[in-house]
Amino acid sequence: MLTNFIETIQSRSDLIQQAFVEHIYLSFIALAIGIAIALPLGILIARYRKYAEPVIGVTAIFQTIPSLALFGFLVPLMGIGSNTALIALIIYALLPILRNTYTGIISVDSSITEAGRGMGMTRSQILTQIEFPLALPFIMAGIRTATVLTVGIATLATFVGAGGLGDVIYRGLQSYNNSLVLAGALPVALLAISFDLLLKWVEKKATPKGMKTN
Amino acid sequence: MIRFDQVTKKFPDGTEALKNVSLTIPTGELTAIIGPSGCGKTTLMKMINRLEIPTNGDILIDEKSIKETDQVELRRSIGYVIQRIGLLPHMTIEKNAGLVPKLKGWSDEKTQLRVRELMTTVGLEPDIYLPRYPLELSGGQQQRIGVVRALAGDPNIVLMDEPFSALDPISREQLQKELRSLQQRIQKTIVFVTHDMDEALKIADNIIVMREGEVEQIGSPDDLIHEPANDFVRDFIGQERINRQRTFAQRKIHELTSFFSQARTSEQIAEISSTDSIETAISMLEKPNVNLLAIRHKDEFVGYIDQTSLLRAVIAKEEGGNHAD
Ligand SMILES: Nc1ncnc2c1ncn2[C@@H]1O[C@H](COP(=O)(O)OP(=O)(O)OP(=O)(O)O)[C@@H](O)[C@H]1O
Ligand SMILES: [Mg+2]
Repeated sequence: MLTNFIETIQSRSDLIQQAFVEHIYLSFIALAIGIAIALPLGILIARYRKYAEPVIGVTAIFQTIPSLALFGFLVPLMGIGSNTALIALIIYALLPILRNTYTGIISVDSSITEAGRGMGMTRSQILTQIEFPLALPFIMAGIRTATVLTVGIATLATFVGAGGLGDVIYRGLQSYNNSLVLAGALPVALLAISFDLLLKWVEKKATPKGMKTN
Repeated sequence: MIRFDQVTKKFPDGTEALKNVSLTIPTGELTAIIGPSGCGKTTLMKMINRLEIPTNGDILIDEKSIKETDQVELRRSIGYVIQRIGLLPHMTIEKNAGLVPKLKGWSDEKTQLRVRELMTTVGLEPDIYLPRYPLELSGGQQQRIGVVRALAGDPNIVLMDEPFSALDPISREQLQKELRSLQQRIQKTIVFVTHDMDEALKIADNIIVMREGEVEQIGSPDDLIHEPANDFVRDFIGQERINRQRTFAQRKIHELTSFFSQARTSEQIAEISSTDSIETAISMLEKPNVNLLAIRHKDEFVGYIDQTSLLRAVIAKEEGGNHAD
C-alpha cells in the first residue's frame, strides 16, 4: 500500500504539483478578495450598526448553502472556469471575516473609544489607533477560519473545471485508484492544518501587548 | 468662563437628562458638580467638550459658542478625566499619558518632560510606571494616570468626572490637596464631578448642586453650609455635616459682635482680625503675655474681647442652640 502510494506520487508528480499550485492560488486569491471586501465592510457596519444585522444576515444565508450546491447554482450563471470557483470561495470566506471584524470592533469597550473622542482624536485616528489594534486578534481569528474553510472547499473547484487538488482526488475516484485519492486528500489536509497553525501564531502575535495579561 | 444658556438634553429614549439649565462656571476656579446618581452630572460635563450635543440651548466658552470651534480642536484644548477611566489597554502608560500632547504635535522631549512631572505630582514613580501597560496597574493607579492624561496637554479647562472615586482615603486626600494647590498655582478652570460632599466642600470654590436634571443651588461651600437654598440641598449636605463645618471654634470673631467690649481692661494686648476664627482667638489668649485681644475690622478698631467674654459666648451658644450669634 505504502509503496503503491509512493509510486503514484512519483509517477503523477506533475499532476499533483500543478494541482497543488492551483489549489493554493485559488484559495489565496479568494481569501485576498474576501479580506478586501469583508474587512472594510465589517468596519463600516460597526460604524453604522443598523445595517449590521441585514448585511451579516445575507452573508450568513450564503454560508448555509451547501458548497456543492453553490457551485451548482453558479455554473448556469457564470459557466465553468476558475472565476466561478473563485466567486464561490469568496462567498464562503466573507462571513467569518466580516462577522469577526464587526464583533471585534463593537466589543472595544465604549469607555476607551469615548476617552479617545474626549481627547480629540478624529474618527479615523480612533479607528486606526484604538479600534483596529484592539479588534485585530478577532479579525485574525476570522481570517484563520476563512482560510481553513477556503482551503477545504477549494477541493470542489474541480467540478467547475477550475483544477486544484480536487482534480487529483476526483481522478483517483474515477479510476478506483486509492493511492491517487490519498495523494490529493493528504495535501489538502496538510495545507489546512499548517495554515491553521501558522495563523494561530500570527493571531497571538497580533494581540496587543498590554492585552495579554487579560 | 463657561456659560450654559438654557440647555436641555433629551436622549432618544426620552430620558430628559438636563432640563433648561442655565449656569456659569467661572474661569480659573474649581467648580464641583454634585448630586445623586443619575441627576445629569456626567451629561452636563460632556456637553462642554461636545461629547453630548444639547437638544436645546447653547454652551459658550468665553462668550463664544462651542459650536463655532472645530470639535476636535475643542476637545484637544480641554482636559478630560472620564468616569470609567478609559485608558487605552494596548498602549503603555507613557503613550497613554502623552496622547494629547502627541495629537497636538508637541515634541517628544517636551511631552516626556511634562508627563514625568505630572506622574511625580500624582505620586507615581515615572521610571516604574511609564513602561507598564494599564492592566498592570491597580484601579487607583489607573485613575491617577487618567488625571495625568487629562492635564498633559496643558489645557485651560479640565473636566474631571469623579476622578478620585477609586482611591483609598489617604491617596485621595493627598490628591485633593495636590489638585487644590495645582489649581491655585496654575489657575485652570476645573470642573469636578463628585458624589462626595466632603470632597466638594474641601476643594471647590463653587459648588453646583443638581437634582434630576436641574440645578438646585450654585454657591461657595460657605453659601451652601450657611444658606442652603432648600430642603433638598440641606438634606444633601446633611445636618450633621453642617454642624460639623460650623463648630463654634471655627466661627469668625465678627459673629460675636455682641460680646465685644470697649473697655481696655489690660495692657497685655494682641491684635486680631474680625475674620479670624474663634479658635485663633483662643490660642492667642493662651499665650502667657496676652490677656486681651484688640479686634480689627478692615482697618478700623472695633472692640476688645477676652477669655471671659469668649466663655459667655460659649454659654450663650449652649443655651441658644446653633444660632447664638
Ligand atoms: N446615552 C444615553 N441614553 C439614554 N439615557 C442616558 C444616556 N446617558 C445618560 N442617560 C440618562 O441620563 C440621566 C443622567 O445621566 P448621567 O450619566 O449624566 O448621570 P450622573 O449624574 O453622571 O450619574 P452618576 O453619578 O451615576 O455618574 C440618567 O437617567 C441616565 O440614565
Ligand atoms: Mg456620572
